[in-house]
Amino acid sequence: MGESPHAVTTMPTARRPGCPFDPPAELVEARRHGPISRYTFPGNRPGWLITGYDLVRSVLADSRFSSRKELMLHPTIDYGDIQIPPAPPGEFLLMDEPQHSRYRKPLMGKFTVRRMRLLTDRVEQITAEHLDAMAKAGPPTDLVTAFARPIPAIMICELLGVPYEDRGSFQEQVDSFMNGETSDEDLIAAYTATQDYLAGLVASKRANPTDDVLSDLTDSELTDEELKGIALILLAAGLDTTANMLALGTFALLRNPEQLAALRADPALADRAVEELLRYLSVAKTFMRTALEDVELGGQTIRAGSRVILSYHTANRDPERFTEPDVLDLSRQEGGHLAFGHGIHQCLGQQLARVEMRVAFPALVNRFPTLRLAVPPEEVALRPETADIYGVKSLPVTWDA
Amino acid sequence: MRITVDTERCIGSGMCVLTAGEVFDQGQDDGKTVVLQPEPPPETWGSVREAVDLCPAAAIVLSTDRRSPG
Repeated sequence: MGESPHAVTTMPTARRPGCPFDPPAELVEARRHGPISRYTFPGNRPGWLITGYDLVRSVLADSRFSSRKELMLHPTIDYGDIQIPPAPPGEFLLMDEPQHSRYRKPLMGKFTVRRMRLLTDRVEQITAEHLDAMAKAGPPTDLVTAFARPIPAIMICELLGVPYEDRGSFQEQVDSFMNGETSDEDLIAAYTATQDYLAGLVASKRANPTDDVLSDLTDSELTDEELKGIALILLAAGLDTTANMLALGTFALLRNPEQLAALRADPALADRAVEELLRYLSVAKTFMRTALEDVELGGQTIRAGSRVILSYHTANRDPERFTEPDVLDLSRQEGGHLAFGHGIHQCLGQQLARVEMRVAFPALVNRFPTLRLAVPPEEVALRPETADIYGVKSLPVTWDA
Repeated sequence: MRITVDTERCIGSGMCVLTAGEVFDQGQDDGKTVVLQPEPPPETWGSVREAVDLCPAAAIVLSTDRRSPG
């Protein structure tokens, strides 16, 4: 082997006009040349970009690749020689074993398939309330604020035990550090405010435990500092990811009316539809790993210390893995998408996200049979590629009242 | 076909329950995989194999005995 691989020198910052659901063209082009490309990080640091399904999956399952925060490089920003500190206590997404398990283990029993399915009634109730409110206010509306954000926000806040009255400001803070457009100054301010808020929340749960996950965790050996980190990860992940799936997913359904009609006609399609939307949209687009030792991968030697960018989106559109991968086909039988990742970090809250989407998509399209975009599709404002989670900033929709 | 699970590896993703719910469950306290049918009937083998493939932690192991082509 040892063939000189394709090289990508900058991370693409935009998607092709008119194709808001497809991965950036440069990443698709890279995958055409093979599953692994060279990537030059800012500051001229050499690294790798993996775009093919099999290789992305194998790296995610390989403990020779680290998730530790202090080993990561930003794919587009040159921080020079600044030393990145390790992840704060509790933020287990950016840790390796055994630290990762220390935090994940106490949570595993709280996000099981069965427990999450028990929340179905509550998700239905919240969804119905928001659809009622939409109908009452009348068209047009922004689907992000009326529907896509509040449903996962209420669910994760109730699960964790964030009081109702705190939800609005908390939601705004999380959005500002997830939207990819916040200035450094505002980002730090939002992060600090969230940290302070969660510190207060943990203290109040310890003093007056209620019936929620955070209160339960105060019974464990975890410290307040650790609980704060866990709460931050769970709330940020539970809020922003599903919110963007619901909004961008609705946009995708509205642009594929025959698929939308199929979902409306056949409630039994809902489970597959959710999986297909997850695959097709891959809102968590890329993740990073760092090689801890020399690893042979796709005919290349990844040297110890090399940074690797994993493109979930192109992996989930890999024609070697999925038939007609660029087609949204809600009846698709092929499973195994990587939208929730793979390996030990695979999304802890995935069963909650599934229940939310499983309820919300069919409820929306059935409640508003004439739902449509209120603006031309090219005017729908999309999040920039620099946002960790892709999606729409707002989704103006209308219907026949 | 016989199923064993490495509970040390299990990360409680629930993919096995989602894929082959008649064969797998999760412990309600620790979220770890519980095998309901260690020797599952042939009609479940397809979904059991899929569950093995989808397990993010490669915690489920299948073994076959000589008598059955499972």
